Amino acid sequence: MRYMMSVLNDESVPPPTGADRDASLARVGVVNDEMQAKGIWVFGGGLRPSDSATVVRVQDGATTMTDGPFAETKEQLGGFWVIEVADLDEALSWAQKCAEACWGPIEVRPFDGLSQS
Amino acid sequence: MDLSSVYRAEYGRCVATLTRLLGDIGLAEEAVQDAFAVALEKWEVLPPNPGGWIVTTARNRAVDRFRREATREERHVHALLLHQPDDRPEEVGPVRDDQLRLIFTCSHPALSPSARTALTLRLLGGLEVPEIARAYLVPEATISQRIVRAKKKIRDAAIPYRVPGEAELPDRLPPVLTVLYLIFNEGYAASTGPLLRTDLSGEAVRLARALADLMPDEPEVLGLLALLLLTEARRAARVGPSGELVTLAEQDRTLWNGELIAEGHELVRRCLRRDRPGPYQIQAAINAVHTDGPATDWPQVLALYDQLVAHTPTPIVALNRAVALAEVHGPAAALSVVEDLDIPGYHLLPATRADLLARLGRTDEARAAYDEAAALAGNHTERAFLLGRRARLGER
Repeated sequence: MRYMMSVLNDESVPPPTGADRDASLARVGVVNDEMQAKGIWVFGGGLRPSDSATVVRVQDGATTMTDGPFAETKEQLGGFWVIEVADLDEALSWAQKCAEACWGPIEVRPFDGLSQS
Repeated sequence: MDLSSVYRAEYGRCVATLTRLLGDIGLAEEAVQDAFAVALEKWEVLPPNPGGWIVTTARNRAVDRFRREATREERHVHALLLHQPDDRPEEVGPVRDDQLRLIFTCSHPALSPSARTALTLRLLGGLEVPEIARAYLVPEATISQRIVRAKKKIRDAAIPYRVPGEAELPDRLPPVLTVLYLIFNEGYAASTGPLLRTDLSGEAVRLARALADLMPDEPEVLGLLALLLLTEARRAARVGPSGELVTLAEQDRTLWNGELIAEGHELVRRCLRRDRPGPYQIQAAINAVHTDGPATDWPQVLALYDQLVAHTPTPIVALNRAVALAEVHGPAAALSVVEDLDIPGYHLLPATRADLLARLGRTDEARAAYDEAAALAGNHTERAFLLGRRARLGER
């Protein structure tokens, strides 16, 4: 089963800087290495803050673009992992490690398996 | 022949085994229901192993159904699924481990707590949706939706069908015990409507027995069973002739079920020998003290509550401890504890405060506290009890 683990960042809180930031990155690096060693890592990465986002819509052939994230909420997607594991229990145990490494909640969702390659 | 009691006894175990064989809870339920429909037609006398008969028939019906409905490609998949080399002989019937797997799947922390109880009652208890809805006094559609959503999540998110390993057990066992405890409690002190919806309590006891049978080395499982048995044992004495509540001190002890009490006490002793205390074991021990001898040994109850507070420092535990404290050190000591507690919407907090105030002769304050408690009480029996107490205030 393939799962996406999304990191939810509270953007109303300033992101860590300096040593805190380095420590967080180091913790995430450890988890990444472990995932790759176990062969479950498919893809992953951190995202720039949501003010760097652009939303593209196509309606009746016309394209509009808007600045900023799709939903103006406090919690925004801060990064994600895609992993390939046996079942939800395995995914949840990785999510625990990720949540500890990122100091934030992780949402775990299964892929629907219809359109993946 | 009473097919409905066979259904009750075998449904959960059969669904559990079929879930392993077919890899899907929905298909397993369908197959088991099909098999019971066949049984209804064919059984003139009960076969020697009704569960085995149901599992074999359900499995055959499922294979037939696949053959009828599946496309060519799916047929290969199902053929593989149904003839795995690790298959046990069909004659064995329901497999014990399967039931344990299903118990853990139904109480998986990724499911919402309300879905866990509904799913457990449906799949393991074999209760129908309308029965569960009646027991919880919620619309059938609500229960049905909860169950459908939970089953969908189990399938879509691949919640595994297995017993957690030793390392995961400390996280995974408590939700299972909570589900059984909540089912029991809902039946014992129904939060709304008439008191004592005995079906639910009986079902919880049955499932707790099954769990204790499957995990005899887990002291908290034994503790939960003991707690349920010792509480259940006093059921007949808990409500008087006209449906009124009777407090523990005023209960007619000859109405208690001696067999259940003996069984509960034996379980508590087994727990003590293991010496790995936990919240359910301590609560069971408290109930063992209450049901031991002609009167309660309150200092011992208080000592146990001190232990329980250390394990589970919740305001409700603190409130129950205060009741024991009043018996040992007097109502004034207890009142000062109770007045510091805040449990919004919980009628037993003002009810306890009322009782302590009454014992201290502060009648006006007691009256107001009884009013507060009666307004919060969820069922008529408890409300009548509180108002009765209030009416008798001047008599002391």
